[in-house]
Amino acid sequence: MKSIILKTASTYLLPILLLFSIFILLRGHYYPGGGFVGGLIAAIAFVLHGFTYGVDGTLKLMPFHPGALIPIGLGLAAMSMFLPVFFGKPVMSSLWLPMPIPVIGMIGTTLFFDIGVYLVVIGVVLTILFSISQYSENG
Amino acid sequence: MLIAVLAGLIGAILYIPLGKYLRGRLSVLASALPLGLFIYFCSFIPEVSAGDSFRTHYPWVSSLGVNFDFYLDGLSLLFSLLITGVGTLIFLYASAYMKGNPYTDRFFAYLSLFMAAMLGVALSDNILLLFIFWELTSISSFFLIGFDNDNADSRKNSLKALAITGGGGFFLMAGLILMGHVSGSYSIQEMISSNETLKAHALYGLILILIFAGAFTKSAQFPFHFWLPGAMKAPTPVSAYLHSATMVKAGVYLLARMNPVLGGTDQWTIPLVIVGGFTMLYAAFHSIFRTDMKAILAYSTISALGILVFLIGIGTKESLLAASVFILVHALYKAALFLITGVVDHETGTRDLAKLSGLRKVLFPVAAAGLLAALSSAGLPFTFGFIGKDLIYEATLHTKGLLPLIYTTLAVLTNILLLYAGFLAGIKPFAGTLPAQFEKVHLPHWLMWTPPVLLAVMGVALGSFPALADAALLNPAAQAIANTPIESPLKIWHGFNIVLLLSGITLATGSLLYFFKKPSPAGLNWIEGFNRISPESIMRQLVRYFGRLSDWYTDVLHNGFLRSYLLRIMVFSILLLGYRILKGDSVYISLDKISSISFYEIAVGIILTGALYLTVTSPSRLTVVVGSGVIGYCICLIFMFYSAPDLAMTQFTIDTLTVVLFVLVLFRLPPFLSFANTAVKIRDGAVAIAFGALIALVALQVLNEPKDGSISKFYGDNAYVLAKGKNVVNVILVDFRGFDTMFEIVVLSIAALGVFSLIKLRLKSSEKE
Repeated sequence: MKSIILKTASTYLLPILLLFSIFILLRGHYYPGGGFVGGLIAAIAFVLHGFTYGVDGTLKLMPFHPGALIPIGLGLAAMSMFLPVFFGKPVMSSLWLPMPIPVIGMIGTTLFFDIGVYLVVIGVVLTILFSISQYSENG
Repeated sequence: MLIAVLAGLIGAILYIPLGKYLRGRLSVLASALPLGLFIYFCSFIPEVSAGDSFRTHYPWVSSLGVNFDFYLDGLSLLFSLLITGVGTLIFLYASAYMKGNPYTDRFFAYLSLFMAAMLGVALSDNILLLFIFWELTSISSFFLIGFDNDNADSRKNSLKALAITGGGGFFLMAGLILMGHVSGSYSIQEMISSNETLKAHALYGLILILIFAGAFTKSAQFPFHFWLPGAMKAPTPVSAYLHSATMVKAGVYLLARMNPVLGGTDQWTIPLVIVGGFTMLYAAFHSIFRTDMKAILAYSTISALGILVFLIGIGTKESLLAASVFILVHALYKAALFLITGVVDHETGTRDLAKLSGLRKVLFPVAAAGLLAALSSAGLPFTFGFIGKDLIYEATLHTKGLLPLIYTTLAVLTNILLLYAGFLAGIKPFAGTLPAQFEKVHLPHWLMWTPPVLLAVMGVALGSFPALADAALLNPAAQAIANTPIESPLKIWHGFNIVLLLSGITLATGSLLYFFKKPSPAGLNWIEGFNRISPESIMRQLVRYFGRLSDWYTDVLHNGFLRSYLLRIMVFSILLLGYRILKGDSVYISLDKISSISFYEIAVGIILTGALYLTVTSPSRLTVVVGSGVIGYCICLIFMFYSAPDLAMTQFTIDTLTVVLFVLVLFRLPPFLSFANTAVKIRDGAVAIAFGALIALVALQVLNEPKDGSISKFYGDNAYVLAKGKNVVNVILVDFRGFDTMFEIVVLSIAALGVFSLIKLRLKSSEKE
């Protein structure tokens, strides 16, 4: 789309929305939010950018294809799932650091699990949307 | 013992990183694994022959009764030694036989995997563990049989073997689970002590049918025998290993192992004797018309398996001793004959008996091995086969009533035919004059001809000095099958009696047959004329009908139109829910419990209805997309009103993305067409309204149910205490029910991969099938 307003806005909206998505991801443990919604918001940020600059333009911004986030996210989630086994606890039981860290809050395996979900959701949504839109742009 | 069983699996995995170093000459090193295991199992001989048995227990999934429980007694030891001993020779042989094949590393990996699976079958005490290894043998033998995977025939036959043995495994699983259910334990040894309850139980008959189905398919009993000749497409070392000592004996092993648990009744004996007896004669008869050496051996193997099943069925002490001796006899001579066939095939390029003759002049050690193996299979005195055959006759004679006559006639006929088959495979290629075309034939690498020689010599050694294996191995094995002490030392000479007479008749008739009947294509054609009514053709026809059925089913139910899938899902749900509501308690809707409607809800309701109307009636796609977006947002608002912010947020973003997706593909879609005529529209409308009404009804009905707050109370109380989170929804997602989330993201990833590959994969026109 050629609208100058949208173009300018989306350039600035992309980082802001991404930051917002991380905020949503991190606050999920105490307030509404979480990895799933966070991932969707981050995906929307890129989709909005893709709307104005075209999918190829957005892909140029990324160091790698968003599909690569899927294995990374799955791996992170699986790792945080199996990490407790090495501490002699059943799979999927949560481990926590004893002290909260400023800004982020309590750090535990569930947080990494949620980050895994976040990355998978971004990867999945962008892979599907970008594949389809590239197909419809290029035929 | 756990390590011993798993060594093959670990070995197979090691081939992935190390395989490329083991491709050439070094592939001999692969045989270190079976050799080591063989020595390890030999160390058990003194204790086992003294009557001891070994049990080990490693918990695995104890809550489901699946544990690494291993049990080593005479029977297990006999099989373990066969598996590893013959395995060592096969590994050595294969390292020379497969030379030059680019995939030798893969071959040895499959072979180690298979060996481990077989050891697992022979040593498992837990029946579920046994089943796991059982299936593993089917799978690994599939890879081995289809090893020449660029040959269509070989692919087809490996699939056939997998289908038959895997299908049997399915029945076996059901049988084993029933057994565990009835006896209350999954350990075979514990089942032996409670075998009376099993035999008296109403399900006993069903259990037998299921176990038999598993054993008969694996051990190639009529009418499931046809996968075995097909499996001859495998490289010869594989055939030798699978069909002499391992794969096909697994069914026999299972029957022997189950004999103390399930055996001793008429329901056990009669089917085994009938099936085994028929198979042994049928297959022996088939074997004498073949001209391909491997085909002869395949059918004589089926026949030998029939003998074993038959002997286990008779179930007397003598017959069980005969069975355990015959297992070893057969493994020794059949492995030798297969390996000899491999040498002949490797050096001359043919296995056709009509062409082969006189090879003794060029392949002398192989010819000698062939002669000894053939004599052992014939049961000449001072070969191990003689003792085996004597025991079989003794077992058949010492039954009651009219049976000795029938059983013995069957056994003698089978043995005559088997003798002929053994002579064909072991003597025929080497006797007579050497044709000019084979004069250049020379001995292969020594690793290829020493294993058959060794096996054949062992047959003679054990035949001359049966005490070597008797007390150490065979007697404990027979005792394990019978579950009672057996005292009958193996002897070479029993005196002049009826058994000796029968042996004489067998030898004389078989030899006469050999001198007068030559293998010819005419005989082969005659017997192949019966293929039309063979179990294989019938089975193939059935499979074809099944294929047609599923074609039809797919055409009817999966036509590829999203609208028809939706329609079916909805109609099905309506029928199901409607039936429940009609059959169930009266529908009672109390309006008292519904909270009062606020101004916002009315406003949202009006917008919702408007958007709905627009969506249904609009002729423009864009309007429809926008309309459904508005509907989605309205639902988000309703979630908000009822304090479900997490749900609302997610729904909101999802709706946004859905609209975006639609807009992206909008201009690629064909122009808006009306697919529906009025009748279809009315039908769809009715279904939609009925579905909506039912859901509304159910939702209202739910309000009447007494509220069970225990689950939400648990989450509410424990979210912070156990999971350190205040947002209960999120805590449930990532902690309490994290497994679900894990699988959901896996499903999402698969969906993304699917979309990606569907769109990006542009098949060439030749590949579009």
